[in-house]
Amino acid sequence: MSAPEATTRPVGGLRAWLLSDAPANVWQARAQRAYFGWLTFKSNPIAMAGLIIIATLLLIAAIAPLLTGGAGIEQNLGNRLQAPSSEHWFGTDELGRDIYDRIIWGSRVTLYIVFLVSIIVMPIGLLIGTIAGYVGGWIDTVLMRFTDIFLAFPRLILALAFVSALGPGLENAVIAIAVTTWSPYARLARAEALTVRSSEYILAAQIQGASTLRIVIFHVVPMCLSSIIVRLTLDMAGIILTAAGLGFLGLGAQPPLPEWGAMISTGRDFLLDQWWVSTIPGIAILVVSLGFNLLGDGLRDVLDPRSGASE
Amino acid sequence: MSEKPLISVEDLRVTFRTPKGPVEAVRGIDFELGRERLGIVGESGSGKSQTGRALLRLTASNGSITAKRMEFDGIDLIKASKKTLYGIRGNRISMIMQDPKYSLNPVMTVGDQIAEAYRTHSKVSAREARAKSLAMLEAVRIREPEKVYGLYPHQVSGGMGQRIMIAMMLIPNPQVLIADEPTSALDVTVQMQVLALLDDMVRERGMGLILISHDLNLVSTFCDTVLIMYGGQIMERLPAKELHNAQHPYTRGLLNCLPRMGGGHGELPVLQRDPAWMQPQGHSA
Amino acid sequence: MTRKKGAGPFPPLPPFAKNLLRVVFTLALTFLGLMAVTFFIGRVLPTDPAMAAVGNRASEAVYQAKRLELGLDRPILIQFWLFLTSALQGDFGKSIMTSKPVIDDLKRFFPATLELATVATLFGVLFGVPMGVIAAVRQSKLTDHIVRVLGLIGYSVPIFWLGMVSLVVFYAKLDWLPGTGRLDIYYDGIVDHVTGVILIDSALAGEWEVFNNALGHIILPAAMLALYSLAYIARMTRSFMLDQLSQEYVLTARVKGLPERTVIWRHAFKNMLVQLITVIALSYVNLLEGSVLTETVFAWPGIGLYITNSLFNADMNAVIGGTIVIGACFIGINMLSDVLYRLVDPRAR
Repeated sequence: MSAPEATTRPVGGLRAWLLSDAPANVWQARAQRAYFGWLTFKSNPIAMAGLIIIATLLLIAAIAPLLTGGAGIEQNLGNRLQAPSSEHWFGTDELGRDIYDRIIWGSRVTLYIVFLVSIIVMPIGLLIGTIAGYVGGWIDTVLMRFTDIFLAFPRLILALAFVSALGPGLENAVIAIAVTTWSPYARLARAEALTVRSSEYILAAQIQGASTLRIVIFHVVPMCLSSIIVRLTLDMAGIILTAAGLGFLGLGAQPPLPEWGAMISTGRDFLLDQWWVSTIPGIAILVVSLGFNLLGDGLRDVLDPRSGASE
Repeated sequence: MSEKPLISVEDLRVTFRTPKGPVEAVRGIDFELGRERLGIVGESGSGKSQTGRALLRLTASNGSITAKRMEFDGIDLIKASKKTLYGIRGNRISMIMQDPKYSLNPVMTVGDQIAEAYRTHSKVSAREARAKSLAMLEAVRIREPEKVYGLYPHQVSGGMGQRIMIAMMLIPNPQVLIADEPTSALDVTVQMQVLALLDDMVRERGMGLILISHDLNLVSTFCDTVLIMYGGQIMERLPAKELHNAQHPYTRGLLNCLPRMGGGHGELPVLQRDPAWMQPQGHSA
Repeated sequence: MTRKKGAGPFPPLPPFAKNLLRVVFTLALTFLGLMAVTFFIGRVLPTDPAMAAVGNRASEAVYQAKRLELGLDRPILIQFWLFLTSALQGDFGKSIMTSKPVIDDLKRFFPATLELATVATLFGVLFGVPMGVIAAVRQSKLTDHIVRVLGLIGYSVPIFWLGMVSLVVFYAKLDWLPGTGRLDIYYDGIVDHVTGVILIDSALAGEWEVFNNALGHIILPAAMLALYSLAYIARMTRSFMLDQLSQEYVLTARVKGLPERTVIWRHAFKNMLVQLITVIALSYVNLLEGSVLTETVFAWPGIGLYITNSLFNADMNAVIGGTIVIGACFIGINMLSDVLYRLVDPRAR
């Protein structure tokens, strides 16, 4: 047994409960872990910035009707290509629509895409990965070969091909992106499952007679969640950029949906003189992607011990 | 001791910044080292390794070193410039680490690593450095030095790796050697050989030695003076010969925990930790 | 039950050959997977693959001929076999747009993409590696934060948007750089088509004016792509470097009295070189496919532009052909860097 570490900080109350060296039960231990995670996260200004950005995005999307005059789809051809003013904060586009409104409502489109891709990719990746890692044997080999094949594909190109075959549209774009994105998660989940598989508590569960499915769902999957969530957050920016790229090519959300990538595309012809039509949506995409990247970076610092202090 | 001590430390403190708050790994220790062998014994977390690193100013970047005095041969180690430190490290004070599997550079041949240690502190040609390294490999009793020179660390055994480490750290002829758990990663039989080698080399060169270990027996047979550390402080210091007469309850506890030949079949006592030991101790001589 | 070595019908192979065999097998399998997916996209997804292949302006005769050729009335596996064998021979059918065999079009456009990706990767490495090293060495200080954020911005910016904006700024407003395309029309056709890479061809021919013009044209799109690869390379370099700097052998190097600079470059950096090369290779292939959008914005006549144009013209043959080529490159280079990794790392031998 090693000697207790010498600390010099006096503590009391909730803080004492969170910092004590000997947690009395599972909940305290979990709360302590979460607290340390939060402390580390908080000490990283970059991560906090990311959190603020994403929280703002969620807020904006949620209260969009309160923030805007219309839905951003009413055309007003007499009012087209107006510069930013007090009436139209971001100006108007080539069909006279208020860009500010479109940006705000576009946040919902962005979140919708992110959400859809996530709920497709996570379960598929988790299921395939944990089963492959836990069960092992030829199931593992087959599943991993399958995963590796998809892992090796170029994402955007394949998404393009998919959409060209399925036809343009938001849902098709989501499917195309999801199909090309799930494989790293399966790999990740499998790696975690392999580590967890030989743990003693899994052995204990097996001895107690838990079925394979039960063990996988209740014991293996939770262990994989943290690295998958970190990876997903980091990938989020890439997903948004891919979706915007598809939108830019006219393959994603169809008009009149205010998708930011499509907005950039339509403003292209007016870039020289009416720069705001294309530029502002681009800034929006930049900020949101940046937010996810910062957040993911911070999460990774918290959950990956190696990024700590060096000599 | 008639001559001036090589190393002189007074009130050394090493503190680390952590999300939990500052953690003091070393809490005010004093000691001196001449041309003798000093052993520092303690459990993990006692601060013994951090003491060794602090001497070379190689504490992690989130740590800070303070001391009323930390001198080597009249040089103030606390205020020393980078350049001064580069001149001291390896050249006048060296350190060998525990596990050659990790402490040797994996993508450099062991011979090149030894030669590098030599060339850092002497302006010699590559050929001369190589010759000296081969000679050093022989000195640490490695047969076929030519062959071993071209091997990579993952290709040599633990014992050989430690000898290479010793060769590398002694080739510039330092005055002081810090050995941080030099044999803990080795098999018992190999431990004997490496220790014997260390013994010879330290004696031949008249070096000062700081041996850091958790092994009380080892330290008591190998060293002249022993420091017992616990919780970042020195609990007791005494000549190795007097160890069995130790007064401090912690030391006595450690001694009692050691199984002895012919010591009866009763249960080994378990060390009872007195929280008073964590309180700041006075600076005992 | 033990098996004697060499007891099977084949002679025992040295481990190197075994590894090679395994790599080749995986490569073949992955390529097969790519073909399967593209087959699915090209023939199974569309409601009428023959129509997709010939376009809706083709004559009835051509349409029927295509139906026979694709074997649409035969079982799916036969269709796949036809698809596979013709693709392997380089026959991707004819492009509806150009009426030429797709493979010829691809040959014409590929060098442009290669040129762009190569220059961009060069930029990325030249700036990304030092940035990553600096960020790792000065961890948690201001420089590190700045470098990290810059890298993150590179990851987060929509390249096509930045490309558009930079064109407006540098070309339209400031007139510092030439516009879209690979060369001003004025210079078109002066230099012989040797490698297809204008920078190389013009240098070989000694036509320095052409070279300069081509260089001017490539700077913006390459810089755009480089931003992404720079972010990736800097981030990975930083991560690898941090990892190495926390290893014991770095402490040993410092104990030896080596100056910090030597510790960083001769010890830590050398240890991460192999991983870095793998990362650079990965970044390269990512640029191959990332160039799609950049080429669209800059009217750069590469495969990316070809695919997107084909897409708008419902030219399935071209889209599938382009996808297969880029996909194959992608897979190939990934595998290659994997093999390289194993080859160079002395521990993995």
